[in-house]
Amino acid sequence: MIVTSTNHRFRKFKSLAMNGLCVVCAFLVILPLAVILFYLIQKGASSLNLAFFTGVPKPAGSVGGGMGNAIVGTLELLVLASCVGVPVGVLGGIYLSEYGGERLNSWIRFWADVLNGVPSIVWGMVAYALVVLPMKGFSAWAGGLALGFIMVPLVLRTTEEVLVLVPRSYREAALALGLPQWKTIVRIVLPTALRGIITGILLAMGRVAGETAPLLFTAFGNSNWNRHLAEPIAALPLQIFSYAIAPYDDWNRQAWAGALVLVALTFCLSLGVRLFSRGRFQKNT
Amino acid sequence: MKTEVAPAPVLPAPVSTGARSGSRWMDRLFRLLCLAGALAVGVLLALVLWQLLKGSRLSLHEFGWKFFTGRIWNPVTEQFGALPFVFGTLISSLIALLIAVPLGVGTAIYLTDLAPMRLRQPLTSLIEMLAAVPSVVWGLWGLFVLMPILRATFYPLLQKWFGFLPLFQGPIYGIGLLTAGVILAIMTLPIITSISREVLRSVPNLQREAAYALGATRWEVTRIAVLSYARRGLFGAAVLGLGRAIGETMAVTMVIGNTPFIGASLFHPASTLASGIANEFTEATGDIYLSSLFELGLVLLGVTILVNILAQIMVRAFTTAETRRVA
Amino acid sequence: MNLTMTPEEIKTAPGRNVEQPKAAASKPENRTAPAPGAAAARPFSALSVKNLSVFFAKNQVLKSVSIEIQAQAVTAIIGPSGCGKSTFLRALNRMHELIPTARVEGDIRLFGQDIYGKDVEPVIVRRRVGMVFQKSNPFPTMSIGENVTVGLRLNGVRNRAMLMEQTEKSLRMAALWDEVKDRLNAPAVSLSGGQQQRLCIARALAVQPEVLLMDEPASALDPLATSKIEDLIRELKKDYTIVIVTHNMQQAARASDHTAFFYMGELVEFGATPQIFTAPKEKRTEDYVTGRFG
Repeated sequence: MIVTSTNHRFRKFKSLAMNGLCVVCAFLVILPLAVILFYLIQKGASSLNLAFFTGVPKPAGSVGGGMGNAIVGTLELLVLASCVGVPVGVLGGIYLSEYGGERLNSWIRFWADVLNGVPSIVWGMVAYALVVLPMKGFSAWAGGLALGFIMVPLVLRTTEEVLVLVPRSYREAALALGLPQWKTIVRIVLPTALRGIITGILLAMGRVAGETAPLLFTAFGNSNWNRHLAEPIAALPLQIFSYAIAPYDDWNRQAWAGALVLVALTFCLSLGVRLFSRGRFQKNT
Repeated sequence: MKTEVAPAPVLPAPVSTGARSGSRWMDRLFRLLCLAGALAVGVLLALVLWQLLKGSRLSLHEFGWKFFTGRIWNPVTEQFGALPFVFGTLISSLIALLIAVPLGVGTAIYLTDLAPMRLRQPLTSLIEMLAAVPSVVWGLWGLFVLMPILRATFYPLLQKWFGFLPLFQGPIYGIGLLTAGVILAIMTLPIITSISREVLRSVPNLQREAAYALGATRWEVTRIAVLSYARRGLFGAAVLGLGRAIGETMAVTMVIGNTPFIGASLFHPASTLASGIANEFTEATGDIYLSSLFELGLVLLGVTILVNILAQIMVRAFTTAETRRVA
Repeated sequence: MNLTMTPEEIKTAPGRNVEQPKAAASKPENRTAPAPGAAAARPFSALSVKNLSVFFAKNQVLKSVSIEIQAQAVTAIIGPSGCGKSTFLRALNRMHELIPTARVEGDIRLFGQDIYGKDVEPVIVRRRVGMVFQKSNPFPTMSIGENVTVGLRLNGVRNRAMLMEQTEKSLRMAALWDEVKDRLNAPAVSLSGGQQQRLCIARALAVQPEVLLMDEPASALDPLATSKIEDLIRELKKDYTIVIVTHNMQQAARASDHTAFFYMGELVEFGATPQIFTAPKEKRTEDYVTGRFG
């Protein structure tokens, strides 16, 4: 029996066809990005004016008004969420990187990753039960807490990943000089990794800035400026949602503008930062 | 990895015994603080389970197991059954996976083996950008752009060609299971693609070389040496995508129609666990109504956690085995 | 110029077991083969390399190497780390092309046919020139039997009987048949390291290559497994041309007929193995084989 390649042409054709298919797949995956950016700009850009950024929603049916309160509200909620998410996440990340046994740490990492997969609306329900019910009302506190819950596992993992990259020799040198461990971490390791940690925090903020579901029954939304944190507060994604499903054309138009602003905000947070820090800490190749 | 010179350490003043024991105290305190942060993971997990169980106590007591098999969700008569929501979640997620897994794996193959080197990083960044688009924005686009197009062109075609299947029968509303599935597919593409890419990259080059040396074509190398080698990891990527799809709320809420439904037509409006909660939570009057919504949340949480645990185990098992082997 | 050999061409190729020498009266024109039957007696070039230079981007790794690899013999390539011996080996079956920055100048002819010709496809070259790697790499998702026949199945062979026959033949040639004949369906990774390497050899042999390249095939194996591989090589050279890269000089001395010494990308000396090791002509060769460096 002799091996001669009788099906060579067919194999060559099949290889080209399948590889071509993979190129098509890549194209189809990138396509939605181009499409959505196109529509956002086409439908939203024209509505971006000063009134939009500084005004508040007008009553249903009338034209005009803006989303100023929603934009500010989102920023306020981000700050509140960070007050929960950043300390807990960073401290936890430090523990995983600097202390802790191998077994405990791998368990924590595993469950942190599982937590990252919990649907965000569930965190809203938790915050509802913990804050809204006792306070008998919606508030910025509740919204901030719900978003903070989401931030904790995110910040924890990114902080750990960055701290692990700091060379061991830095810690050893500091310890050899007589610095206690806590000072080694706070004065040597953390500053070295600071840029990466901040990147991780900004990434987490970018992620929660776009979250709507947990705010539906915590922050709830507000058609005016929020005066104190125990009140309901408007947020950009919430406003987009209610405007989008409403039957008023002007509100629909503003929803596109809001979406454009939101995407610009999350892109800046998620990506501009990553590009900025890529030179220093090459986590991915 | 580039290392830079550390900032000059601030040396403590020469210590007396008093200060030294002081810093040991500080060490312990600091360590405890960090431990608290790490244990927050466990605390959060316990918290979410506890609160959902507490919230759904009423409805668990009232309906028991019938909640999971009940087909009727009627707030007026206070009859609550979760089955329509489970149905909607399952079907829309399945549709999403059917579309996203082949596309994602194909793209991952392209990014690992076929694309020119200069294109790989930019394309990967573009896919990350796709992941950064918020759910409500996809919902907005889905509602105003995608849905009208699908309703006008694609769905009638589907009904014309495949109308003999009960899947494609029935009136075409535009919003419904199929549209939700398509939007979900777009949203799970980034995660499936990036995990698949990691999995394919960890296949040792030696395997590819073995296939090349036998005279295999490029596709045959991918098929024999890469895909079949990586199939467990790829399956894990798909399951991770499933976990993401199950929990997606806003985009689905905006295009699925929010009608509890169990049936064969993919064009029919439906509801998912997440979309049901989002839609009705603020309007829930009465304790049993609210409690039933909490129970929906419990089901959602349970399913998501199980799926995510499975996925994490699979992907971890595959990639750590590979890094261990290479090292 | 086609590179697939017809059954007649393969039967009449010098070095093959020719059953009916008289039947090979008709020969293709573009071959410089002597009359069959006389093939076993006269030394003949399987691979003819002229002025081969290999570049990776701007870095020149091989400098104008010219060498004649004899058919039905074992040629060993020795030299210190980084001298280009693996690169040379990979140029012989166009495996270096898997690295995007690789560039080749020069001429390599396999039984007279230019393997770098304009319409020659690497896929075909690699089927005719097989390769065994330093670290054994059986396909883990396939059984032992499937690993052996994978090359055949790729080429379109579907007949079960034929596949079984080739499986047994290849495993016998690789001296593995007796050890695995009752567990051909077991996963390939259930074998020991030495067995896996012999499986890879069987896999390479199953597609009936004309030349077998071996890149330090025994370096990852224990001495017992290594000696089995060396015995195997001695058996195989009756039917195949073998080129083996090794950093183990004793192995080269034991197993090969000719030896080429490479240093810093150049072919320093090439000759019969006994001569290279006992009376090398070049000083650098002598320094290396006596252990003064490397």
